Amino acid sequence: MTIKKLLIANRGEIASRIIKSAHQMGIGTVAIYTDPDANSPYVREAKEAFKLDSSYLDAKKIIEIASNANVDAIHPGYGFLSENSNFANLVSKSNIKWVGPSANAIKKMGDKLTAKKLSEKASVPTLPMTSDPKEAKKIGYPLLIKAAAGGGGKGMRIVKSQKDLKESIASAQREAEGGFGDKRVFIERYIAKSRHIEIQILGDSYGNIVHLGERECSIQRRHQKVVEESPSPVVDEELRNEMGAAAIKIASLLKYESAGTVEFLFDEKTKEFWFLEVNTRLQVEHPVTEEVTGIDLVREQLKIANGDPLDFSQEEIEWFGSSIEVRLYSEDPGNNFLPVTGKLIAFEPTENPLVRWDTGVETGSEITPNFDPMLAKVISYGENRVEAANKLALALENSHFGGLKTNRDYLISILRSDEFLQGNTTTDFLEKAKIKDEINLSEKEIYFLAIAASMWIQGKNRFESEVLSNLSSGWNNARLPMQEVKLQYKDKPLTVKYNNNREEIFTTDNNNLAKINSWDKNFIDIEIDNVRIRSKITCEDDLLLIQSKSGDVLFKILPKFETVKKVSIDGGLNAPMPGKVVEVKIKKGAKIKKGDTLVILEAMKMEHKVLAPSDGKVKEILIHKDEQVENGATLVVLD
Amino acid sequence: MPKLESQPFESKLDTSGEQFNKNKISMLSMLEEIDVLLDEAELGGGEHHKERLSKRGKLPVRERVFHFLDPDSPFLEISGLAAYKSDYPVGGGAIAGIGVSAGIECIIFANDPTVLAGAMHFYSVKKWMRAMQIARDSRLPFIQFVESAGGDLRPRSNAVVGGTTHFAESGRQFYEITELSKLNIPTVTVTFGTATAGGAYQPGMSDYNIFVKDQADVALAGPPLVQMATGEISSREDIGGAKMHAEKSGLAEYLADNDLDGIRIAREVMSHLNWEKEGTKPRFSIEEPLHNQDDLLGLIEPSLKTPFDIREIIGRIADGSKFEEFKPLFGPTIICGFISIHGYPVGVLGNNGMLFPNASQKAAHFIQLCNKRNLPLVFLQNITGFMVGKDYEQDGSIKKGAQMLNAVSNSEVPHLTIIVGNSYGAGTYAMSGREFGNSFTFLWPTAKIAVMGGEVIAGVMSIVRRGQAIRKGIKFDEKKDTEIVKDQQIGHDKASVALKATSVLSDDGIIDPRDTRDVLGICLSVVNNKKVQGSKSFGVFRL
Repeated sequence: MTIKKLLIANRGEIASRIIKSAHQMGIGTVAIYTDPDANSPYVREAKEAFKLDSSYLDAKKIIEIASNANVDAIHPGYGFLSENSNFANLVSKSNIKWVGPSANAIKKMGDKLTAKKLSEKASVPTLPMTSDPKEAKKIGYPLLIKAAAGGGGKGMRIVKSQKDLKESIASAQREAEGGFGDKRVFIERYIAKSRHIEIQILGDSYGNIVHLGERECSIQRRHQKVVEESPSPVVDEELRNEMGAAAIKIASLLKYESAGTVEFLFDEKTKEFWFLEVNTRLQVEHPVTEEVTGIDLVREQLKIANGDPLDFSQEEIEWFGSSIEVRLYSEDPGNNFLPVTGKLIAFEPTENPLVRWDTGVETGSEITPNFDPMLAKVISYGENRVEAANKLALALENSHFGGLKTNRDYLISILRSDEFLQGNTTTDFLEKAKIKDEINLSEKEIYFLAIAASMWIQGKNRFESEVLSNLSSGWNNARLPMQEVKLQYKDKPLTVKYNNNREEIFTTDNNNLAKINSWDKNFIDIEIDNVRIRSKITCEDDLLLIQSKSGDVLFKILPKFETVKKVSIDGGLNAPMPGKVVEVKIKKGAKIKKGDTLVILEAMKMEHKVLAPSDGKVKEILIHKDEQVENGATLVVLD
Repeated sequence: MPKLESQPFESKLDTSGEQFNKNKISMLSMLEEIDVLLDEAELGGGEHHKERLSKRGKLPVRERVFHFLDPDSPFLEISGLAAYKSDYPVGGGAIAGIGVSAGIECIIFANDPTVLAGAMHFYSVKKWMRAMQIARDSRLPFIQFVESAGGDLRPRSNAVVGGTTHFAESGRQFYEITELSKLNIPTVTVTFGTATAGGAYQPGMSDYNIFVKDQADVALAGPPLVQMATGEISSREDIGGAKMHAEKSGLAEYLADNDLDGIRIAREVMSHLNWEKEGTKPRFSIEEPLHNQDDLLGLIEPSLKTPFDIREIIGRIADGSKFEEFKPLFGPTIICGFISIHGYPVGVLGNNGMLFPNASQKAAHFIQLCNKRNLPLVFLQNITGFMVGKDYEQDGSIKKGAQMLNAVSNSEVPHLTIIVGNSYGAGTYAMSGREFGNSFTFLWPTAKIAVMGGEVIAGVMSIVRRGQAIRKGIKFDEKKDTEIVKDQQIGHDKASVALKATSVLSDDGIIDPRDTRDVLGICLSVVNNKKVQGSKSFGVFRL
């Protein structure tokens, strides 16, 4: 039997990604979705789609949908049920092909402790670890707490000293329990200046296993990867072969089928590497391997699931050039990378330069707290690493997207930093390289963009006018004040005043001359003094997003007339993001010290502590456990 | 969108000649003088008054108007140079103009509190009356920004009566506001400051009242007069405070926090007016004229002695310069034809010389025709009058001229009149002067308006004096007479200039010739707030 119809038990960009390869192979696709995803692109891209009333973790229901839709195979993507051996089992028992490794391999590797034993059996070195908190001292600080069932940084904590150990373990357990339904954690030695290097493997059902080289994913924030690349700047052919052989050895012991990743920690100084874990799924960062090898990993997975043998041997695999992937998130790097929710008012990836955008969002997408706030993976390919980095930075700069805070400027800063270009990408890169979350524009350049934005608004006002609309902008025979547009950039108000003249040249209150070459609903081409600005513009309600040479700038349009001001409560502590209250650590009237944890919020599956800003007393608690709170909601009032 | 099928007018204007340049220099210097006067008008009662206002958190009158208007929308000020060379600052202590607020064309009249605390006098009352007339004629919502100390009671002023000669003739303003309301023309008043005694009826008679907190002071009589009349001691707030009127008397519908808030509320009111224009939108696709409008600066020689082809103006105000001339071979001293301006089809009449009898007939015929087609009429005046002399009187100069005057008087489509040069005697009337019921009159800086030219008047008077001398048998002093003639000519010419006319609000203002097309475009849109309907009481007489 060959696969004719595939259900993707996933959502977002990876669902779109899998649909693309499946359709290329002539395989029909079935998408599943929950309410928040009703308008997601992947639902439309799939040939058929079914609504899931529960969640993407509801194995039984998903299999029921698959059976009713007569699918031949299920691809789990990454996350959700992708590394759930029970699900893999259920799928196989339902006579549906499972696109992934065997349930047994998943189960074994799902437990990091078992995985470590396997590695030892394969004579691949591992880091010292323990499951007993009492032995933490033996491992030595700083150390790392990891969830046995972990992945994606959930349940992971770096502990710098003994005093934080207890709380860190408790919180890691809580997160692990919430994320994986398994609260087991263990303690491992933490190596600060290391590199995270992983080997992509492929195995078929005939015992053939090959590796597709490495990916380096050392640049991480909150234990989640931000930049991934292949090849690694520190891996040469010899090391690649060595690590590849180690990975194949481990995989062979598992009789590994499908795509998988063997993760290692690499110490650049000693050239040592330690086995970390095996990811028994397609990785988020798989595209960089595809770019340098020319092998479509999803296609290979589907072929393997179909029972086809690999049609290339290790010797036939070749690597060309360099590929870098960045993960574009709606998050605030300046605020501890906290997720940001809201509406993506524009999402228009550039075609100049053309890079690969694996994305599950589009213009108008709402970024909700329900799912991971990743907007897209942007992947470049270049002849060499520097070219790939520059091209990727350029693509990020030339694209038009935003409306809510993203990490674009931050990613561009990484890609354009000397540290990155020189390949100094150890795991402490982000602290060391002092990456700034700032757009590379001068104050004057921001002001010119404000003028361009004002001129666009002016054009919109004229375009939308229904009477006297053919008269030139601001026509009058009187003495009237200059027209004005009040904008806000970040927290700073920025007012542009202007007059139009007989030659349709606008003069600002700073004597800049602006001449509009063309205007339309999403674009302006304007000369300000002698600077030509050609920008896509998206305006929605009071937000105006305008392209600059370094990416988009978001202005808030301030109202002409001030309306009633919102009164904020003195001493009130507000929620930094929307989320669920998982714990209230204080009682009314309690005395608190600066830095005390008052409330723990969970948003996007991550915990966030609300700390006391100063010493004081709790006057009032306005929320309770398990309550869902809005961004900015007052949680606690302090005296 | 359809277009006028006619061909563009071919310009013969020599824009590189010496005369053109001289004319242009002269026109620009007149415009410069006007610019200076507009700056002066903007100052109102002076900078120090504005500072005093701003200290009390109040906005200058022009900012009030500006914030009320939709951003980037046009604003046509009416009679900006009223009270020029009068006892009052130029501008007349009030602003009137047509603008767009919340997407609705409307007319705004605003007191300038920096001029005599907004006290009303001949010029401001006339401006106010004119604003209400425009509201009535063109069916425009009427907005008042009130802050006025009342009538200018100083002895020399005839303010109470607003240009009339006795108090008994006064008060028509208040009647007019009420009339507007009856005609379904909304009247919206924002009271920013004092409005007492008669002034209290300004908000008193409006459909909507917005009072600014702690600033509006509206009472029939202030505390001193009350004390005089009844002996009662009271405070200003008790008697006329904004809050009192919002809570107790119910005179104010809306209580605003400050000037800007009052304007915001006024815009809210505008947005609920459920206003629809009865007339049409632009019917034709709008094309810029082929010929440069800047050329209008050099068209006219300032003494007005050198004739020019009025079609050079038509070709610069018409969409695509397209002009379909009506009866070009008959009565050629009046040019008639069809054009469109900013997409509005109109009939246009312009003078290329004196009104000869058959020119009058042609005009009468054309006006009647445009009434049947419901086409507004644009009059471009450069007229020294009807042709006089034996032959012409015998040809029926009066009778045929009367046909034209009759047609103009009884025409019911809107008339827009631009006086570009001469405007003399009965010619002024025949070409739809202000008193012949036009909708708008605008002047070019070169306009001269009088019963006849100064030279002619002075000459006529000289002939009369000479005749008297002969009859009485006294010696005629030639030398003295020459001096009198010269003085009279200068005097009359001075009195006839555009600035003098506009000072007493006998028109709607002086415009830059380059703005002619846009001003007409605005006016055409404005008059279309009311359905444009020609007279139904006659057919087209083929005169």
